[in-house]
Amino acid sequence: MIDKLDQIFVLLRQWVVGFLPAGWQTAAGVLLSVVVIVAFFPALFALTVWMERKGLGRIQNRLGPNRVGPFGLLQPIADGIKSLTKEDIVPLSADAVVHLLAPLMLVVAVFMGFAVLPMGRNMVLVDMDAGLLFFFAMGASTEVAVFMAGWSSRNKYSLLGAMRAVAQMISYEVVLLLSSVVVVMITGSLSLTKIVEAQNQYTWGLPHWYIFTPWGLAGFVMYSIAATAETNRSPFDLPEGESELVAGYHTEYSGFKFALFFLGEYLAMFSISGMGATLFLGGWSAPFSFLGWVPSWIWFFSKLMVSIVVFIWMRGTLPRLRQDQLMNFAWKFILPLCLLNLFVAALWRFMGEGWLRWVVCSAILFVAYVALGRIEMRSEHFGPRRYRYAE
Amino acid sequence: MSFVFYLLAALTVAGGLAAVLLKNTVHCALALTVAFAGLAFLYLNLDAQFAGFAQILVYIGAVAILVVFAILLTKGSETPKDGVFSKTWLAGLVVAAGVFAVLGWAVLQTAPMLPKATPAPAVTVGQIGNALVDRYVLPLEIVAVLLTVALIGAVIVAMHDKERTR
Repeated sequence: MIDKLDQIFVLLRQWVVGFLPAGWQTAAGVLLSVVVIVAFFPALFALTVWMERKGLGRIQNRLGPNRVGPFGLLQPIADGIKSLTKEDIVPLSADAVVHLLAPLMLVVAVFMGFAVLPMGRNMVLVDMDAGLLFFFAMGASTEVAVFMAGWSSRNKYSLLGAMRAVAQMISYEVVLLLSSVVVVMITGSLSLTKIVEAQNQYTWGLPHWYIFTPWGLAGFVMYSIAATAETNRSPFDLPEGESELVAGYHTEYSGFKFALFFLGEYLAMFSISGMGATLFLGGWSAPFSFLGWVPSWIWFFSKLMVSIVVFIWMRGTLPRLRQDQLMNFAWKFILPLCLLNLFVAALWRFMGEGWLRWVVCSAILFVAYVALGRIEMRSEHFGPRRYRYAE
Repeated sequence: MSFVFYLLAALTVAGGLAAVLLKNTVHCALALTVAFAGLAFLYLNLDAQFAGFAQILVYIGAVAILVVFAILLTKGSETPKDGVFSKTWLAGLVVAAGVFAVLGWAVLQTAPMLPKATPAPAVTVGQIGNALVDRYVLPLEIVAVLLTVALIGAVIVAMHDKERTR
């Protein structure tokens, strides 16, 4: 019974596909899974938009939307209808073909990333041997879409926003990949299902999630920072900051194309949180071995939603980073720590079991973090505030 | 030689042709991205998963962006007044046709020497990794040195500009 609840979506798919002749069954099964993903994640997007507006409102000491439906729950529907009925304005001097293709390419590339996420036991759309590489390849394709959006609008602000966004995305892509390579090193496989299975073991009831190891914790923190920067989310949202560049690379988009950009950004947030949960938080495995009776997909989506809540929380709390601060942070601070993390993970693997490797690895990472931080901040003067007046 | 192969080949050739025939330079760069994507799908069609995804990650994710940045940050995005085709196009065509003929002859000559219709080897990423550090470690190290030289060179080129304007 518990097994059936765990595999309920797989069984449902098999039952629906069983009505078709045998030759069509695999293709129909894949098509059905694709339709479910394409329908479900935008629904989750609507819920997240509501959560964000209410959450940000409460952090900022105000109520969020509360007119449309109880607690404003129907607000995303109202937003959707509004964006569908708004006029689609394309500037006269804009490049019409590229202007149209940019949001399409963004949404397609982001949806492709969902194909390799293991959302539960046996619930991967495509079980690829190089699944992690596929995911990051799709993430890299979104940069071209962002650039296309900014350039085709023939608007200085859009172009500036696009350039900043692409520079930021490229810098943090390096960090994202390096912090995931640590997981691949220890697991020995690029396949996401194998990575989750390697974390699905329990010692004294506690799970073997990679976040509970020194290199895994460092890797997770760096992955989260890079994920926030990749999806242009606060505190790294200078390319689309409302008070900075009008709206950055999607200034000239109105109506449904703007909604597609919005959708693409939130879907990218979902898929990158899902990947973070798979790599470091154990994917669909339960936190304690006695909780194994709860269906695996509930665990995956809970971890996903917790990550989303943390994203919303960071947006409401932290100030925005300036472009040069952002770049310095990536190249001078996080990247050396990422490379050191690779070394520490190798040390972990070759030191063998025991308490010594925990102490040594944690010590190396902690000392490096403090030392690098002190070195980077030595030119900053923290003292009483100095005022400079215009002469 | 299946239908999918012809479709992907048509996509790649169309992208390549568009990259040289279009007027707007940024359009040419985007058409080049389409050609890269076509190549990646051709690799995937041959079951070379790692090569295909690495092609997307490196070429579309980095090289295309680099090309586009280079076009935007220089004055190359304005089309020159006297057209984009050079006056000596006939000599260029003859040379290109000659190179193509040599390459085609070399490929067709080796085709009879291949073993007949063996099933495609399923190369996993683990085997590629093992080969890289086992048999091909020297090319790996040379590529690493090349990348380091490129990084240092980029930093030096950027640094000199700042010193001159001081």
